[in-house]
Amino acid sequence: MSVRQVAYRNARLIDPDSGFDGPGEVLTRGRLIADFGADIFSGGIAEGTEIVDCGGQILCPGLVDMHVFTGEPGAEHKETLESVTACAAAGGITTLITLPNTQPVIDDVSLVEFVKRRARSRGIVTVHPMAAATQGLRGEAMTEIGLMRQAGAVAFTDGRKAIASAVLMRRLLSYASRFDALIVQHVEEPSLAQNGCVNEGEISTRLGLAGIPDVAEAMILERDLLLAELTGARYHAAQLSSARSVDIMRRAKRQGLPVSCGVSAAHLALNEFDIGSYRTFLKLSPPLRREEDRAALVGGVADGTIDVIVSAHDPQDQDSKRLPFAQAASGAVGLETLLAIALEPYHNGYTDLLTVLRALTVAPARLLGLDGGRIACGAPADLTLFDPGRPWVVRPKALHSKSKNTPFEDRRVQGIVSRTVVGGETVFEREESQNA
Amino acid sequence: MTRDGTTPPFKFPHRHLLGIKELSADEIGGLLDLADSYVALNRRIDKKQDLLRGRTQINLFFESSTRTQSSFELAGKRLGADVVNMSVSTSAIKKGETLIDTAMTLNAMHPDLLVVRHADSGAVELLSQKMDCPVINAGDGSNEHPTQALLDALTIRRRRGQLAGLLVAICGDILHSRVARSNIYLLNAMGARVRVVAPPTLQPAFAERLGVELFHDMREGLRDVDIVMMLRLQQERMHGAFVPSLREYFHFNGLDYDKLSLAKPDALIMHPGPMNRGVEIDSEVADDIDRSVIREQVEMGVAVRSAVLDLLSRHLPNNAETP
Repeated sequence: MSVRQVAYRNARLIDPDSGFDGPGEVLTRGRLIADFGADIFSGGIAEGTEIVDCGGQILCPGLVDMHVFTGEPGAEHKETLESVTACAAAGGITTLITLPNTQPVIDDVSLVEFVKRRARSRGIVTVHPMAAATQGLRGEAMTEIGLMRQAGAVAFTDGRKAIASAVLMRRLLSYASRFDALIVQHVEEPSLAQNGCVNEGEISTRLGLAGIPDVAEAMILERDLLLAELTGARYHAAQLSSARSVDIMRRAKRQGLPVSCGVSAAHLALNEFDIGSYRTFLKLSPPLRREEDRAALVGGVADGTIDVIVSAHDPQDQDSKRLPFAQAASGAVGLETLLAIALEPYHNGYTDLLTVLRALTVAPARLLGLDGGRIACGAPADLTLFDPGRPWVVRPKALHSKSKNTPFEDRRVQGIVSRTVVGGETVFEREESQNA
Repeated sequence: MTRDGTTPPFKFPHRHLLGIKELSADEIGGLLDLADSYVALNRRIDKKQDLLRGRTQINLFFESSTRTQSSFELAGKRLGADVVNMSVSTSAIKKGETLIDTAMTLNAMHPDLLVVRHADSGAVELLSQKMDCPVINAGDGSNEHPTQALLDALTIRRRRGQLAGLLVAICGDILHSRVARSNIYLLNAMGARVRVVAPPTLQPAFAERLGVELFHDMREGLRDVDIVMMLRLQQERMHGAFVPSLREYFHFNGLDYDKLSLAKPDALIMHPGPMNRGVEIDSEVADDIDRSVIREQVEMGVAVRSAVLDLLSRHLPNNAETP
């Protein structure tokens, strides 16, 4: 037998797409899932098949993270396409989507191809690039959406920057709809967010920092949803941060608009007061907001208003973070803590496991038109094996990222990835004694 | 032949030619018949007629034009009119005269025929309200360009015998195109089926209300069509505002042999000019003598404009035909 076969036995199999959750087994052949079910090996296992005993842990589709910044090209000292895939594998992520905010900006067919080629040759998980929606992220002229879509860009966004011009957003949505390309927006009105670095409220007053009001997010979200309605195009708000936005999105979905949204794991777990005494590792964009906002975001995940949970992995080195709060770069690494942090609302009883896993697998895969994120015959053999209850402590030094800017330093979390499989190959396996 | 003073075989009650919208199928058909008779005249060695002798025709172009203006000029001169070309550059407009004042001024000069092009939709109609002579719309904003639609129709009719039943795809910048609008009205009036093929950013809102089928994908839009009408993409629309780039536009919306292969094998290719080779049309396709009728369109232009001048001048006072 030349094609590699692996049998995963003794697992709790969860497929959020079909809603299956129960004892099960999976057989992979080559790069694809060949069979799965409660008891597929009763007739014996073919000779030469590798057997993996899952030890009763959860085996689910590999996680898909649709919001990952890398340093390559341009800032390889912060993260390379190689190192980012190593973090992803350790976090149970089998497919990651890179953002175009690099140097140079990914706004051209050749650069889309560069990212894909580089990730394929150096990386250990699947990487799909998002390309810039506007040339040079300048927010003035649209990019070659059609050609870059054909070259493999899965969505179009200006990443950290909002597409501020209403007429440009309208034309982008309209133009992209011809290619069924997804436009992803950083929902923040730039003129209201100017110089802001924390939520506008008690925290901005106490710390004496310029604040960003939650309406900065709400108004651009409302505007974009109206434009999505006008154009009939698909639209995705990358990260919501406030209760107000969750309500707006809930209404839009009830109206039947083809729109979706995400939230970062950090925004589900932290609020503005965690910033404490100017801890720049908690300077995020959008900013962490009030506890009521955090709770509303969890509620949004629980009732399906929020479609996807992302890491918003944004590696920043000491030089960019050891600065006065206002001058420090925004962003936090998050690939390796994504699963454990996303599981917190489940452990705390606010939502069920299937809902959390759906937002980490099949939901982002569907939005981006990817084949993965589900356990089905013929689907890619991308799998994550994890122990949902096992406790561990986040230690920055143990992270695989070249940058250690985690907002979860020393946090006690539950749920750890023990094996990550991409295209039938195990790309990460945790030693029994190894923590994180 | 109606040039030699016989009554036209159809009624043409319009004093001006402002658009195709206002014309009935019979009027369009009659106009095309008359234009057909002028094709031969324009091919003769001696092209000079005296139908419009003593008449003054003013070509008032607020927007620059080469082919439309020279086509009207030739048509007028060959019919014997004295033709004056007035190109109103933007700087002259900035002197502050309003359109109405310009009309009053011109009217005082007693022209017999006025041909007008203006960058604003509806401007020609506004001007016509103040003029005592027939006004011909040579293109107003994104509204209409009736003589272009008529010359396109004449070209098709001479090649295909009739317009009824044909499937025509109009491709490109529909949003800003007066040519597209006039052609849609004309083709619909004459019983052809019209498809509009454009990226969503270049399709006007509710375009289906004009009685056309909408397509975004050019390959689908060209399937089994009899006629492919390409439109010019203006330079200023090419670089990111409406479409990302020339190469992307050509890749998805430019007419090449690959996309053309989906149309009927004998489908005709048309373009109102001036062409952007390599943007909306492949050079080879544009020059394909078996398929492209682009140069023929220019020839028909003079004939159509002769017919229009002829027809409208019949309403002038002191005309032999005026009772």
